[in-house]
Amino acid sequence: MGKWTRRAFVSSGILAGGVVVFGVAIRRGDRSDNIRDLVADERDSLFDIWLKILPDNTAIVIVPHAEMGQGAHTSLAMMLADELDADWSKVRMMEAPAHKEYANYALARGYSAPDVEFPAWLVDTVDGFFFRATQAMALQITGGSTSVRTTGQIAMRVTGAATRAVLLAAAADAWQVPAGELVARNSLIFHEPSQRSGTFADFAPAAARMSLPAQPRLKSSGEFQIIGTSPPRFDVPAKVDGSAVFGIDARLPDMKYAAVKAAPVFGGKVRTLDTASIADMPGIRKVVNLDDAVAVIADGYWQAKQALDRLQVSFDDADNGRREQGDIFRQFADDLDRSAAAGDAQLDVEKGNATAALGDAERIIDAEYRVPFLAHATMEPMNCTAWLHDGECELWLGTQNPLGFAKEVGKAIDMDADKVVVHNQYLGGGFGRRAFSDVAIQAARIAKNVHYPVKLVWSREEDIRHDHYRQASISRFQAGLDSGGKLVAWHNHYVNKHDPVEAPHIPYAVDHQRIVYTDSTTHVPWGFWRSVDHSLHAFFTESFVDEVAIAAGRDPYEYRRDLLASAPRYRAVLELAAEKAGWGNALPESFGRGIAIHRSFGTIVAQVVEVEVSDGRVRAHRVVCAVDPGYAVHPDGLIAQMESGIAYGLTAALYGEISIRRGAVAQSNFHDYPMLRIDEAPAIETYIIEGGRSLGGAGEPGTPAIAPALANAIFDATGVRIRELPISNQDLTPIDHLETGVV
Amino acid sequence: MIKLDINGTTHSIEVDPATPLLWVIRDYVGLTGTKFGCGKAQCGACTVHVNGAPIRSCVTPAQAAVGQAITTIEGINREFEGLHPVQQAWIDEQVPQCGYCQSGQIMSAAALLVSKPLPTDADIDTAMAGIVCRCGTYPRIRRGIKRAAAAIDGMRDGEQSDG
Repeated sequence: MGKWTRRAFVSSGILAGGVVVFGVAIRRGDRSDNIRDLVADERDSLFDIWLKILPDNTAIVIVPHAEMGQGAHTSLAMMLADELDADWSKVRMMEAPAHKEYANYALARGYSAPDVEFPAWLVDTVDGFFFRATQAMALQITGGSTSVRTTGQIAMRVTGAATRAVLLAAAADAWQVPAGELVARNSLIFHEPSQRSGTFADFAPAAARMSLPAQPRLKSSGEFQIIGTSPPRFDVPAKVDGSAVFGIDARLPDMKYAAVKAAPVFGGKVRTLDTASIADMPGIRKVVNLDDAVAVIADGYWQAKQALDRLQVSFDDADNGRREQGDIFRQFADDLDRSAAAGDAQLDVEKGNATAALGDAERIIDAEYRVPFLAHATMEPMNCTAWLHDGECELWLGTQNPLGFAKEVGKAIDMDADKVVVHNQYLGGGFGRRAFSDVAIQAARIAKNVHYPVKLVWSREEDIRHDHYRQASISRFQAGLDSGGKLVAWHNHYVNKHDPVEAPHIPYAVDHQRIVYTDSTTHVPWGFWRSVDHSLHAFFTESFVDEVAIAAGRDPYEYRRDLLASAPRYRAVLELAAEKAGWGNALPESFGRGIAIHRSFGTIVAQVVEVEVSDGRVRAHRVVCAVDPGYAVHPDGLIAQMESGIAYGLTAALYGEISIRRGAVAQSNFHDYPMLRIDEAPAIETYIIEGGRSLGGAGEPGTPAIAPALANAIFDATGVRIRELPISNQDLTPIDHLETGVV
Repeated sequence: MIKLDINGTTHSIEVDPATPLLWVIRDYVGLTGTKFGCGKAQCGACTVHVNGAPIRSCVTPAQAAVGQAITTIEGINREFEGLHPVQQAWIDEQVPQCGYCQSGQIMSAAALLVSKPLPTDADIDTAMAGIVCRCGTYPRIRRGIKRAAAAIDGMRDGEQSDG
């Protein structure tokens, strides 16, 4: 840790309220060892951990988040540069190395907002209560759609504004003029009365000797020059010419390759291993028994993979080998029944008296929904290159949590976390999967057996079968309607809560609500999956509201709109989506239109889907998406994230299913875990509302609403109510409700 | 040992000729722009050109490409000044997100524009459906292809008027 102590933070004057570090002034002489090499040139001035100004007036913004395609690097740099009044063409970025100095304090603060629960996975990585994080911080996490709204808002903007303030103060000193007469613009400082000007770099050395103000004045949105524009992203050029280096592209001298096969049933161990079975194969270096997996190291990846496929190995099943998907859903249903009967479900929301209101209701609508497990299937299969040498473990991979990985890998191979060096690369998809360190631990344990670097690459089959899965779930609803068809009671009971806590909440004005859950654990590992619990609850709640509207004989859009009378931000988003979609306009035969709205990670999204259902096949032709993120830092990036979230959610709604067979995952590759392709991709129109000052996320909020909007559109087209995903498993033969009298 | 012509350079490589071209390109030649996605020709991330035609290098034995012209993302712009028009269009439309599949997308799009210089949406669907993008950049891929087609068309007009 060098000289980097809590006292150093305080002496820099940047601690605010004793909790959140906004930015850290590093001055000549008191740099920590880990940061010193970032200031290669004695003329460089490193103001704080988020900004460096070079003699040629280039500003390098140091970004403590991973780039996985969400544009975080660019958006964060924009936020700092705007407050700094920098010339955007002179701004560059670099991703912070995995040092504690860059720990993501702002993310911790973002999760500490009153309506957001600090998730368990963060608590684990910081050894408990995060307010002590300044001492034991292991955060540099990219997840929870937090980069822009926490690091950006709290750290980047404040650092930019504070740095601007000391640059102006240094210029005022040098020119002997009042700071109030100075203007900063385009990385220059002007004093108009004396017709003087200078660059930021001219004053950087003097400014670096000043204390940064802890609470500099931030711009109002009307003053933004860079925020709210859509400059090209920093990472795009390298992603069109093959030069972008992802984790899987790491190349080191004398590097060998490893392929791995884990026990197919979760929890299983190696039972028998016959290394002689591959003794005659070329290029084989070593077979490593990891207890719960076996790995083959070879000169080339293909050699390792071929040998692994032939290797005679058997695994036990940890007594999970008889578990089937049907058993899991039966267990969920039984646990819901038992818990409802015993009255021991855990409380999410209690408002009014839902039980009494259901008793008084004119009509009760009930329905049960279920969703399967889902894998992430990032395009870049899991991989990690590990090299143990000179008492250190170096890792090359793409991770959403570099410091957490260092800590967990250190623990797994009995090495101090400070000796584990993470070289974070571009992530070939994250979606939550790359917050889990399993592959890094495997790679380190394999590499521990040899003296050379080893690149471990999972096959796609390994990737699908050894993920951390979005949970399968069942959710049961009862709604009470009064004689006018108004929704007066809402009762919801589901299995297995993770986070965010508010995912099953509804925005509608319903006087009597009771939302409860029951734990029902399985042997299938759980993981954060784009939008986490929102991905299932939006499908549940927004499908059910649609059912209620239909049962009340109302238009599903109008019904929602009435229930949002006292929620103007929601209502505006809903109305915009409906208006742009031409809600109510006639559609061709076998077409349908569906709507859904959901807030996640501070951003409200409404989507309208136009779907065609013919011969049992579903084709989403058009999606209209209205989004209110508070305000849009990089509007084109927000639009891209909506497009991305919609494709991710459509894939899951249409096809996504991980099922358990004999205790293991039945699916293995894209032929049986299919992805949305371009010929199935709808046209997407995104409309942005800037409805507030607080800033919502972008990476995840596009996903939740699309499944219910699609399911509601299918109902509109066919009369078939989708209560279970994926849709590809459902019979979509049209039902005429007027004829059958169902409604 | 096999000899492969990759991006106009002949490489002599000590490798089992049955090794898939993907791993030869990545691990032995060191061109890492071509990606591994599935190993079963299901996702298209590994797409390269052999004699101008897009193929899935993860299921193509290296020996099948001996004596033929292999082009990877690193060599796609060889006949152009600077970037290939598809690459430039990808920047102009800000197509990539995570970027992992984009080499395969660009290789497929470039091949499409040779066979169909002004592709329809249906042509794009047919040619590009083999390449999975988990980030869902499809609307921008569509726009990128049309922009690149227009750019190439413009170059062709330029050549004609020059001639």
